[in-house]
Amino acid sequence: MNQQTMAEKIMSRLAARPVRAGEFVELGPDWTFSLDDGIGLVDRYFRLHGIDRLAAPDKIAVFYDHFAPADTPQHAMVQRLGRQLCERFGIRRLHDVGTGISHQIAVETGLVKPGQMVTNTDSHTLTVGAVGAIGCGIGVAEMAWLWAYGQLWFQVPSSQRIALEGRLAPGVSAKDLVLSIIGRLSVRGAQYSSVEYHGPALATLSIAERMTLCNMGVEMGAKFAVVPGDQVTRAHYAGLGIEVGEMPSPDAGAHYAEEHRFDLGGIEPMVSAPSKVDNVHPVSSKAGVQIHQAFIGTCTNGRFEDFEIAARVLAGRRVAEGVRLVVTPASREVYLRAIQSGALQTLIEAGATVTTPGCGACAGIHQGVLAADEVCISSSSRNFIGRMGNRDASIYLASPATVAASALAGRISDPREVLAGSGAFSIVNTSALPR
Amino acid sequence: MRLDGKATLLGDDIDTDVIFPGRYLAVLDPRDQSRHLFEPLGELLRQRAIAGALLVAGWNFGCGSSREHAVTAMIGGGIRLVVARSFARIYFRNAINNGLAVVSCSAAVDLISEGDQVEVDLARGQVWTPRGEVAFEPLPPELLRILAAGGLWASR
Repeated sequence: MNQQTMAEKIMSRLAARPVRAGEFVELGPDWTFSLDDGIGLVDRYFRLHGIDRLAAPDKIAVFYDHFAPADTPQHAMVQRLGRQLCERFGIRRLHDVGTGISHQIAVETGLVKPGQMVTNTDSHTLTVGAVGAIGCGIGVAEMAWLWAYGQLWFQVPSSQRIALEGRLAPGVSAKDLVLSIIGRLSVRGAQYSSVEYHGPALATLSIAERMTLCNMGVEMGAKFAVVPGDQVTRAHYAGLGIEVGEMPSPDAGAHYAEEHRFDLGGIEPMVSAPSKVDNVHPVSSKAGVQIHQAFIGTCTNGRFEDFEIAARVLAGRRVAEGVRLVVTPASREVYLRAIQSGALQTLIEAGATVTTPGCGACAGIHQGVLAADEVCISSSSRNFIGRMGNRDASIYLASPATVAASALAGRISDPREVLAGSGAFSIVNTSALPR
Repeated sequence: MRLDGKATLLGDDIDTDVIFPGRYLAVLDPRDQSRHLFEPLGELLRQRAIAGALLVAGWNFGCGSSREHAVTAMIGGGIRLVVARSFARIYFRNAINNGLAVVSCSAAVDLISEGDQVEVDLARGQVWTPRGEVAFEPLPPELLRILAAGGLWASR
């Protein structure tokens, strides 16, 4: 019974002993990330409890993504407190306003490596699972504790194995896949679990697509979602000039509490309708719902590849009258690449508004909050009541292609109809584009 | 450790955005945070929840964001106990680490009606309701110790 899942293997390394699902352990994660929306509380805990040194400043990174640039004096104040905190304690990794979302930066710069464990005061930290790491959201009290003392209690999660087979059809994306998975498993189908992705289809999924897949694991209650490292992972780091050694993989015979199987060839464009993420339907069944705002961005789908496909949908066209298209690159790097490739110019010519790299409109804080009775179709991950700043607005979640096609029509639309008409299917090889 | 309160009932999958909206994340003091508790669900619910000091919910309570304001806003308003069928994992952590008692007990939720006076013994694992009592598995000792101290920092 020594066979281990990814979660058991990585947590065993950190606990310096073999651990099993269900156990409580004390360990120090490889990374502790804090964000502008929580850094003011870290400062508050430190003041309340007289903390004057950190356990390991080199394991800390701070990212300003939730309200960057500041839109209220209070937001400006907590960002200032955070900068002072970094200076006082010698934290070198402060990714200030304009650099982008923590999860995106962690992966695109190669900061997080395969086999590492990341804690972050952000529920979408599972995203780093795309590179064979495990990541989970934690609270600020425990983040401040980790900064001060370096060790914290965790429970080793049991694991679920999701096998992926086949290949996504043109115009269908990793977002449609993950919405289909959540639709089947439900918003609590993976509660407290580590979701491990397996199967031959993984070889066809890019790091960007894996990020989308892992990102939304939290929307079914998961603690981690992880794609074990493979050639695609290795190529990602090679492209960054980073040598990764041995990448941990789960043992054959490891125990999985549940196993599921999905055929990617059978997936079609999907939407999650208000106001639970597992309220998932084929786009065709919601086609025609009128929209007021279309939003492409976030840690779920604000990457270069997402703007490329949106640009293909909107090339030479204009968004419908009465629709606002808000575009938010997940990072400065994404922003630059999308400028260089021409995707952003195409989107702006189609009528898009581009906002500062970061979380943007997703969390209902700024840069695209909704009015009562408005409908937004969004490439983000949550359609909760009030999520985008108004309890009387409605949010539909979909892929960037579906969001773009819907912006074009002014109502929810299947992107395959537009893409087929534009001949865009013949040029979907994003690997040929500049990095 | 015994706690009691007058139940305010909530449904399944109550998310952190309805518990504490994102635009107030820079509000740092728990008493100030409590003014925005359940804002999308209405002021009446907030007042009832705070007056009763006990929430009773369905599955997956606190799903969504990692914001611990969704826990500390309750504590700031005087809520000390949530009984639910299950908790989302980050909410569960935040509750323990900030000293908000959480009890996962579906059988207790079945017995409780709006406004019921309910008492809980956390160490023993017992819930008393007007319609009878139910046992639940107590938290592991290491977590109970943190909770009883009033949270991670208070347990130092």
